[in-house]
Amino acid sequence: MGNMGDYDYLIIGNSAGAVGCIEGLRSMDKNGTVALVAEEEHHVYSRALIPYYLGGQITRNKMYYRPRDFYDRARVSVIKERRAVKIHSAVRMVELDNGSRLGYGKLLLATGGKPVYPPISGLDKQQNVFSFHSMKDVLGIERELPAVRSAVVLGGGVIGLMAAEVLHKRGLDVHVLELADRLLAPVVDETTSHLVEGALQKAGVTLYLNNTIDQVHGTQRVESVTLKDGRSIPCDLLIVGVGVAPRVELAQGTGIEVNRGIVVDKNMQTAVPGIYACGDCASTYNFVTGAGQNLPLWPNAYLGGRIAGFNMAGMERAFVQGTAMNAMHFFDINIINAGINVTGAETPDGLDVIQEYNKDTQTYRKFILSEKGHIKGFILVGQIARAGIFLNLMRRKTDVRAFIKDLFKTDFGYADLPETLRWKLLQDDVILGVV
Amino acid sequence: MGRIKAKPEVCMGCHLCEVWCAVAHSKSKHIIKAFLYEEEKPLPRLVVEEKLPLTFALQCRHCAEPDCVTACISGALSKDPETGRVLHNPNQCVGCYSCVLTCPYGSIFINPRKREVIKCDLCAGLDTLYCVSHCPNGALVYEDC
Repeated sequence: MGNMGDYDYLIIGNSAGAVGCIEGLRSMDKNGTVALVAEEEHHVYSRALIPYYLGGQITRNKMYYRPRDFYDRARVSVIKERRAVKIHSAVRMVELDNGSRLGYGKLLLATGGKPVYPPISGLDKQQNVFSFHSMKDVLGIERELPAVRSAVVLGGGVIGLMAAEVLHKRGLDVHVLELADRLLAPVVDETTSHLVEGALQKAGVTLYLNNTIDQVHGTQRVESVTLKDGRSIPCDLLIVGVGVAPRVELAQGTGIEVNRGIVVDKNMQTAVPGIYACGDCASTYNFVTGAGQNLPLWPNAYLGGRIAGFNMAGMERAFVQGTAMNAMHFFDINIINAGINVTGAETPDGLDVIQEYNKDTQTYRKFILSEKGHIKGFILVGQIARAGIFLNLMRRKTDVRAFIKDLFKTDFGYADLPETLRWKLLQDDVILGVV
Repeated sequence: MGRIKAKPEVCMGCHLCEVWCAVAHSKSKHIIKAFLYEEEKPLPRLVVEEKLPLTFALQCRHCAEPDCVTACISGALSKDPETGRVLHNPNQCVGCYSCVLTCPYGSIFINPRKREVIKCDLCAGLDTLYCVSHCPNGALVYEDC
């Protein structure tokens, strides 16, 4: 296989970051040539929609993240079912798994992550073990579902719980195993965890906290699992949802710095000029902590890719909007959180925590504030309307001490802000002075 | 691409913009029929912010770089490059509320009836902006940017 051509822009990966990059660079550069290498055969689909599809809320063709003619209209040459295996950055060339080569002017690594499979004895790639990550999982789970009665979900994080809810709705007995002493442990605080635990138990999902699989029984298929505490559960379907590891293989042997994820600066560029990275494979700037961090969340992937696209096309932009953020719902409990999550009784130095829990309405709000009164993190449970205003105040490092009580109002809005601040934030949105 | 701007000093807080916005998004487009006969009571896509005597109406700003489109996991939200409108396709929306998390204006609303969101579409397909043209005191104006 020889050279497959030279492109001004080359993108490795085919998900949110790749689309963001294409939309960003095409808004700047209409003529540059663009190629994209995709491992899978499918048109770009949204991994985040897997639970909605398996839950029966959407049809298969609604899983596509962009219209079918998206790549044609954006004039992107898509190379499907090929994997990039090596970057020769000195000559700006990428090698594919069939030996063919692609030259690039600017390169984006949007390789995403891969589900983590914990080292459990007997857990090989049996026919009824899946994650909730790819179309392959979707098709496999669909194939298995008709014969499944008892499903085991390993991992009580966001993905595991979404999987649990879907499988429960499909009428299965669902068992969720979580190694920590509560669900959603690193993502939210104890109060939120307990509210979610209550909702799952009420629905009839069985939870096993402080627990994991000790042994898997069955050769071709998992038939049952033995837990750490000795209990045994029948298992017709095993979903592994313990996390996603950044895919950084391509960075090896180049000058690209890796620190869990591929390290990029605020312009999304790696240590090697002309090579950019975004999304689940990258370690990007977290505006709340000021540190580089792996933030594998949809909005960060798309926007990181978009900003990379602007920069690749010669328009300097900084990615300073990224942090931990989630909009989640489990059995009709809506949760939105962002920024730093403070757990336990101890509040870290320099931070202040305010919270309000209403037992009657099952609503909960928590804000983490800095000494200067800046919001560093928040959790809203049950009542999430207009949450973005809090994220905006967080991004703008607004001192909220003057209206701190109002943060708990369920209809909190711009009217609750001090006048000067309010009209500053809305300067392009209102006309002041009677004319 | 223009945007609707509020004049807080002349806003009476009558909420008629909310009423007429709901009418604009009803089947009949008729203020009586919409609330009397339609199966699903129409919902407004803007909110009157109140801290009396202060009142002003706020709706989607159709941002140049919309955070809601960034966050949307389904492709339901998009920015029309021709008109500049930020559009929401209810058929594609799964109601994940990522846009509610990211909209800095709190201008994407949760439909209380089903798992989806609703937002201002600048009265797409209609011959007038209902909130602007029905404001009795001229407290909402459309301005080209």
